[in-house]
Amino acid sequence: MTTTKNDPVLVVLQLAGGNDYMNTVIPYADPLYRDYRPNIGVPEDQIIKLDAQVGLHPSMAPLKRIYDQGKLAIIHGIGYPNSSRSHFRSMDIWHTCEPEKQGTEGWLGAAIRDLDPNKENVATGVYVGQGLPRAMVLRGVPVASVADLATYGLFSAEAEQDRTQMLETFAHVYSPAIGRGAVMDYLGSTGLDAMMGADILKVAPQRYSSAVEYADSSIARKLRDIAQIHVAGLGTRVFYTDLYGFDTHSSELRDHPMLWSDVSEAVEDFFEDLREHNAADNVILMMFTEFGRRVVDNGSGTDHGGGGAAFVIGDAVKGGHHSEYPSLKPEDQQLGDLAVNHDFRGFYSTILEKWMSVDARPIVGGSFEQLAFL
Amino acid sequence: MAHENIALIAHLMRRAGFGATREELEAYAAKGYEATVEELLNPEAQEAVDRLDLFRYHPGMFKPGTQAGEGSAEWLFYMINTKRHLEEKMTVFWHQIFATGVSKVDHYHELNYMIDLFREQGLGNYRDLLMAVAKNPAMIYWLDQNENRARSINENWGRELLELFSMGVGNYTEDDVRDAARAFTGWTIASHIPRIPYQRNDWTFEYRPGDHDDGEKTFLGHTGQFNGEEIIDIIVQQPACHRFIARHLYSFFVADEVQVPAWQITPPKDSQAIDILAAALSDSGLEMKAVMRTLFNSDFFKDARFLKVRSPAEVVAGTLRLTGGQEFAGPFFLPLARETGFMGQDLLNPASVEGWHTGEEWVNSGSLMTRINFMCERLGDTSLPGIRDIVDRLRVQGDLSPEAFVDSCLDLLGPLTVEDGTRQKFIDQTSLAGTLLWHSPDAEQRVSSMVKSIVATREFQFA
Repeated sequence: MTTTKNDPVLVVLQLAGGNDYMNTVIPYADPLYRDYRPNIGVPEDQIIKLDAQVGLHPSMAPLKRIYDQGKLAIIHGIGYPNSSRSHFRSMDIWHTCEPEKQGTEGWLGAAIRDLDPNKENVATGVYVGQGLPRAMVLRGVPVASVADLATYGLFSAEAEQDRTQMLETFAHVYSPAIGRGAVMDYLGSTGLDAMMGADILKVAPQRYSSAVEYADSSIARKLRDIAQIHVAGLGTRVFYTDLYGFDTHSSELRDHPMLWSDVSEAVEDFFEDLREHNAADNVILMMFTEFGRRVVDNGSGTDHGGGGAAFVIGDAVKGGHHSEYPSLKPEDQQLGDLAVNHDFRGFYSTILEKWMSVDARPIVGGSFEQLAFL
Repeated sequence: MAHENIALIAHLMRRAGFGATREELEAYAAKGYEATVEELLNPEAQEAVDRLDLFRYHPGMFKPGTQAGEGSAEWLFYMINTKRHLEEKMTVFWHQIFATGVSKVDHYHELNYMIDLFREQGLGNYRDLLMAVAKNPAMIYWLDQNENRARSINENWGRELLELFSMGVGNYTEDDVRDAARAFTGWTIASHIPRIPYQRNDWTFEYRPGDHDDGEKTFLGHTGQFNGEEIIDIIVQQPACHRFIARHLYSFFVADEVQVPAWQITPPKDSQAIDILAAALSDSGLEMKAVMRTLFNSDFFKDARFLKVRSPAEVVAGTLRLTGGQEFAGPFFLPLARETGFMGQDLLNPASVEGWHTGEEWVNSGSLMTRINFMCERLGDTSLPGIRDIVDRLRVQGDLSPEAFVDSCLDLLGPLTVEDGTRQKFIDQTSLAGTLLWHSPDAEQRVSSMVKSIVATREFQFA
């Protein structure tokens, strides 16, 4: 695989828990919004208005600046038919594009396989967080899972001298040999992939310096790790990270603004950092959540709902509104949720085909309507 | 021979429990294999874990709500401290089948009650267990059984009962699913205001006759005005049910199989073993204790050493049992409950209604690194009581040549056999420092390094 510094890069930020669409991109001009949100509605004078119809939550000022530059696309009413209100099931559907049955192949795992079919770079896909999201899991596709870039690697707790020796031994005992059986072979290649990935990634913090001071939040630290890996030019094409806490059944007035101010500041810092390193123009950042929330609030928060919003940010992005804000009218709702106007598999297809130049159909399982944000 | 006995008992304890210390292995070996199996099958003779020991220092664990990832701390406390090895291993087995998760149930304590049920009845009668699961509030909510009403059937529970909990796809029709669901209408949960403020409502099973569809049903060839009990009684008579549970037992206790959804198209690895286990189920009237006795005493079990990739629960509980030092749940105990999740098995939050994909699918580059780092950090710590014991056992062997040092460490950590090339690499490596001399100041450091090298091997990832 030939990688150039300008190969398109995708950063995915998963907003886990089900972000409340209606309090994020607020349909303030619709009087029904006030009716539905008597307890947690955002006062109109605080809303950051985008136009005569909708505005952003007051905690999202940094994203408004990006919006004004035409680099923030808002995808309205995104989801899939017969939305599942289970976090896990719904997230699974987003991860595997299998709304009918249990999927085992992550959509980004498949994309990484297509980007690097010969496994030439074990750091083609990098997850920053704990574990590995199913979206990136595909048998035989190595993905680096980085909890903390500064301490990432095998035997990370060891003193440097011991560690060098242990890694040397590890590489030796995990090397391929004849007649070991499929599972041992699989463990062997996985172990070597893990080691090589760590080896590649460890240079990132060494090469990195930046004048940008990120905000103090967990998501800012994760995006900073991603920026370090990206500007080090290690050939990573797909980054993934997540922020939990969007499951605002209660105390939404307290929690939701904190989450969005963390996200907005971190995203702005991230792109500022990339620009400082002249490494922003081949990056888009996509944010999604597993579902929106109920139209009507429950007193102090909102319960699991249907259609939500996704966002795409980057120099190459055609900013503004894409798809349509679902109607708030009771007769247009689906069981108390906003209707889904755009299938997320079409959204993925747009990214895969227009940005990553990968054939989307086999990955998302068919042809879906695409949008013009790229 | 003595060594062979230790190796066989170690195999038994890795599968029927979460591994054992050398001291425990020696005691079991002195008792003998079959007597050890009987002890495992009769847990009442051993003292139970006192969960109040945990709640005393972590009162939030009494009813943990949805506290991120830590709601399984109580279960981990049991896994680490129980003297009833098999009783606790059965809870993991049943959780893998009756996979129920906090992602939807949203009450860790209701899930913990379900684990209690597995602890109490996991070695009992399968029919009784299935019946208790059908009435378990967490399960009812998990599979929308509380939405299954006489006038609006919700098939979720009816379907999974047949597909995931008893028989597997291909052994029933859609009409069977429908009528099974109808038979369970009226089985629901009642919600109770909690006595402690800001708690989630407690749930209990409730049968509402007025919401039960009392009409005639046809299920697996039987016709009648069935209620849920009759459906379960018909299911447990089916040979397909016995084979399904047998295959789960084989996959969990004997050797890794293909994933459950592939069972319909992939024959068992060892069909004779499945026949034996299925017959044990049917002959004993579904008594799990009798089936487990058959399993552990069979040659196909004894010969199946290191044929399973350790699950994250086995990695974490096994490591902490071996190191010791977690009998008291100190301030850093709760975060340990998240470790299995970092390795791909978030207990009480399974990947799906089908539980987890097991075997080699536990391993990817991220999870492999996580488990190796977790084990190295702890098992290489010679200040922990269990590792001190290993050092002491090496020390009484006197100064050790590189070969003897490597072999003794492999023995004390398993006994484990590694490939010749791997063993030779360890010998070459440690030869650079020469014979292990106990008066030398770096002796313990060398033990620590050797232990870490061994637990990082591929062979050590198997149980």
